[in-house]
Formats: sequence, structure tokens, C-alpha cells
Amino acid sequence: MSLLFRAKRMAYTAVTKVAGDAVSLFVRIVTAPRAIWAGSLPIAGPRVYFANHTSNADFVLIWTLLPPVLRRRTRPVAALDYWLTSPLRAFFGRDVFRAVLIDRRPEARSEDPVAQMIATLDAGSALIMFPEGKRNTSDAPLLPFKSGLYHLARQRPEIDLIPVWISNLNRVMPKGEIVPVPLICTVTYGAAVRINPDEPKENFLARASAALGALHEPRP
Amino acid sequence: MTSAAAPALTLLLLGVGALLILATAIGQVLRETLAPDGSNPVVENLNARIAAWWAMVALLAIAFLAGRIGVVVLFGILSFSALREFLTLTTKSVADHWSLAAAFFVILPFQYFLVGIDWYGFYAIFVPVYVFLLLPVISALRGRPDRYLDRVAETQWALMICIYCISHVPALLYLQFPGFDGRNVLLIAYLIFVVQFSDVMQYVWGKTLGRHLIAPALSPSKTWEGAIGGIASAVLAGAGLWWLTPFTPLQSAAMSLVICLMGFFGGLVMSAIKRDKGVKDWGHLIAGHGGFIDRLDSVIFAAPIFFHLTRYFWSTT
Repeated sequence: MSLLFRAKRMAYTAVTKVAGDAVSLFVRIVTAPRAIWAGSLPIAGPRVYFANHTSNADFVLIWTLLPPVLRRRTRPVAALDYWLTSPLRAFFGRDVFRAVLIDRRPEARSEDPVAQMIATLDAGSALIMFPEGKRNTSDAPLLPFKSGLYHLARQRPEIDLIPVWISNLNRVMPKGEIVPVPLICTVTYGAAVRINPDEPKENFLARASAALGALHEPRP
Repeated sequence: MTSAAAPALTLLLLGVGALLILATAIGQVLRETLAPDGSNPVVENLNARIAAWWAMVALLAIAFLAGRIGVVVLFGILSFSALREFLTLTTKSVADHWSLAAAFFVILPFQYFLVGIDWYGFYAIFVPVYVFLLLPVISALRGRPDRYLDRVAETQWALMICIYCISHVPALLYLQFPGFDGRNVLLIAYLIFVVQFSDVMQYVWGKTLGRHLIAPALSPSKTWEGAIGGIASAVLAGAGLWWLTPFTPLQSAAMSLVICLMGFFGGLVMSAIKRDKGVKDWGHLIAGHGGFIDRLDSVIFAAPIFFHLTRYFWSTT
């Protein structure tokens, strides 16, 4: 019985791996994405990639552009109230991308989101998160950051926080559209940011936001 | 590929293979003598270009082996990649989403379908007339007037360059010449070889003898020495390849001159667009070359002119 159970588990893991690779391949075909490592390197271990959020496919693009060995150990932080609402979303969110699912509704949640993220980092995984908290559909390059990134940095000050600027993906798939337009996307990984001892929350979030926004400038 | 074209095509491929072996050897010698640690960017770029050339020639050879459908599909894929690079840089807004999706998923496949069924009367006017008039309607219906003319004009330019012009390469397969049955694939090989050889020789002459820039504001690498030397070299090569074509040696020299000049103009115009948009390369997918348009710009400009001149003066269709 346990043998059968293990075989089933292995088969399911294989299916999720193939599904992940298929999504990555699709993203690569559509957007011919390009990774620019400007100030940091793709290395293993706990770290936080924090990115601008313009499309639901943002984390898939960041994940796709990481070397395959790092992908297995890199988990997006995503909203439980979105990713568990249908079996298909749950399959991709929970099983394929192994998202750290956090509940955005304080009144409904049983776990503290920051504690969940810390536990994931302590287990050796990297995180992908979007400190703006929701997709940016405004004309401003970035929305004000939520405080999650600060709490994470305060509790694990030795961990690298890597700003990641995603360009063009919102044009590939604007909010509400279902057919993607194949345009080239660029993902720029900047130099790591760390919190200073006694740095106030507002200062740190402004600095992190500026580090991310600086990657937006067109480079030669 | 049909058997009629096989001996000539094999000969041409062997010749190109020999050229590439020579280029590879020169690239390695340059690296060993100048900078064995790979620190000379010009030598490294040269070697990356040569490596990419091997891949491009192999791809083209496979398409030729696969016959008409193979060639139409290959150029359809090249069109897709070029269009993706072009539309990444053009002015657009969220109101253009359906126009852009239609460009990739309706207009592009339909143009190549028309080429594939040899409906000349339709594929020659589909993009310049029907798409030109109807596609802006889709953007207009979404009701955002800001920069509307920029958006539709740049989109139409992208479609003419990346779909219409490129589709004239596989269209060469369907022309008919007396006593030339089954050898049309050689015309494509001729067009691409002469134009690309002109590009390569312009690069070689420019790097070795180039002093006087043609358009300093547009391109730091286009020199009079490079352009004249490159085009002259390619015209000589083209004249020597008359046996691939329905042309006499003299006609072949004249045709080579026309397509090399068009190719040169293509490079110039595409450089101007790149400068306007503030980029150095169209893309990043071909190591050493940049994007697909960086490599195809000369073929894009030469193909429709080559097609129509050949069709008017030599074809029976």
C-alpha cells in the first residue's frame, strides 16, 4: 500500500515538473525573454527576489529565467485567496510552482504571512515577492511598498534582497486580456539590498523601492 | 528540394561550407595570436558571428531539403521573430492589443498561407491594402486617440517590413522560368548568398580599410570603403554564380548590384530606426549578431525588388 502511495507521489511530482517546464517553454516562446544580471549573480541559497508587479505571469518569468537548478529551490509568494479558488489554479500555484500561499485577509488567516516566508527561507529556499502587493495598473512606475519586505528584512537582516525589474510583460498580457501578444521581455536583476541596523521602516522601504526603480532606467 | 536543383545546390553548399571553414580557421588564428584569453571584443564578436553563420546555413539547408513547405514555414518563423523584435520597440497602447494579436496570429499566418497556395494577386496586396485599411479600425474602435497616428503608422511599418517583405523570399519558389523547372530554390540561395556575402564583405572591408563614415549619426560601422568594397566583391561573386539562376553572367552581375544596393539601404534604414528608438541591436537571440532583424535587414529590402524584377523580366507567370 505504501509502495503504491509512493509510486503515486513520484508520478505526481513528475507531472508537476513537466507542467512547470511546459509553462516555462511557453513563456520563452512567447516573450523570448532576456535576463540581465546587473549587480548580482544567480546563486543558490536563501534570498529574496522582489519585483515590480504588472502581470499575473510576473513570477513565472522570473522563475523561468533562473538556472534550472535554482528553480526547484525558488518559491513565489502568492495570494491564497486567488490561487486556491479553482482546482487548476491550485494545481499550478501550490503544486507546480510550490508557491508560499499567504492569506491577504487578516481576519480570515490562521498563519502570519511573514512567519511563513521566514520558515521558507530558513528551509533554504529563495522567495519571489511583489512588495507592491497588487498589480500596478497606474501610470507610475511603482506603487508604494507594503511593509512585508521590511518585516522580512528586520527578522533576517543577513539575507540578500535582490531587486528585479520586469519590463514589457504588461504589454504582452494586459489585465483582462486573454490572448498574449508576443513581445520581447527583459528581466533585470540588480544589486542586493540589505537593511541597516536601526533603519526605520519608511527609510528602508524607500531605499528598496528606489533600488528597484533605478533598474527601470534604459541602459546602453 | 527537387532533383533538378540538387547538383547546383550541393555545389553551393560545399562552397559555403568551405568559406565557413576558412572563416572559422581565421577566427581561431586571430584569437590565438591576438588574445587567447578571449579579451579582444572584436575577435570574440567575429567568432560568435561565424558560429551563428554555421547554425544559419544548417537551418537553411534543412529547409531546402524539406521542400516548398519547409521554406515557407522557415520564413514564416523568421517573420514571427522579426515582427516580435519590431513591435517590441514601436509606439503602442493597451488599446492596440487586439490589432497586435491579429498581426501575429491572423495576418502573418494568412500572408504565408497565400504565398503557399501561390495566390499572387492577393498576397501582393493583402498587407499594403486590406491590412493597411482595416487594422487601424480595430485600434480606433477601442477609442483611445492619444498618439493614434504614431501607433497605427508604426504598426503598419512593422507589418510591411517583417511580414510582407520577408514573405517575398519563399514566393520566389513559385515563379516559372522556361527550362528552369524545379530549380527555384536556387534563386533563394542566390539571393541570400549574394546579399549576405555583401554584408560580410562590407564588414571585412570596413574593419580593415574603413576610414570615411557614410552616416556618422546613424551607424559607426558603415564606411564608404566598406560599402564600395563589399558591394563590388558581392557583385563579382554574384556574376560568378549566374549558373544558379535564369540570368546570363552580365545580367547576374546587374541583378547582384541591385540587390546589394537594396541590402545596403536596408541596413541604413534599419539603423536609423534603431537610433530613433535608442537601441543598439534589435534583439539578442543570435549571438554576435543581435536580433533577427539585424541579420535580415538587407534581405528584407532586397527580396521584394529581386522578386518583382525577376518576375517581370524572366518569369512566364
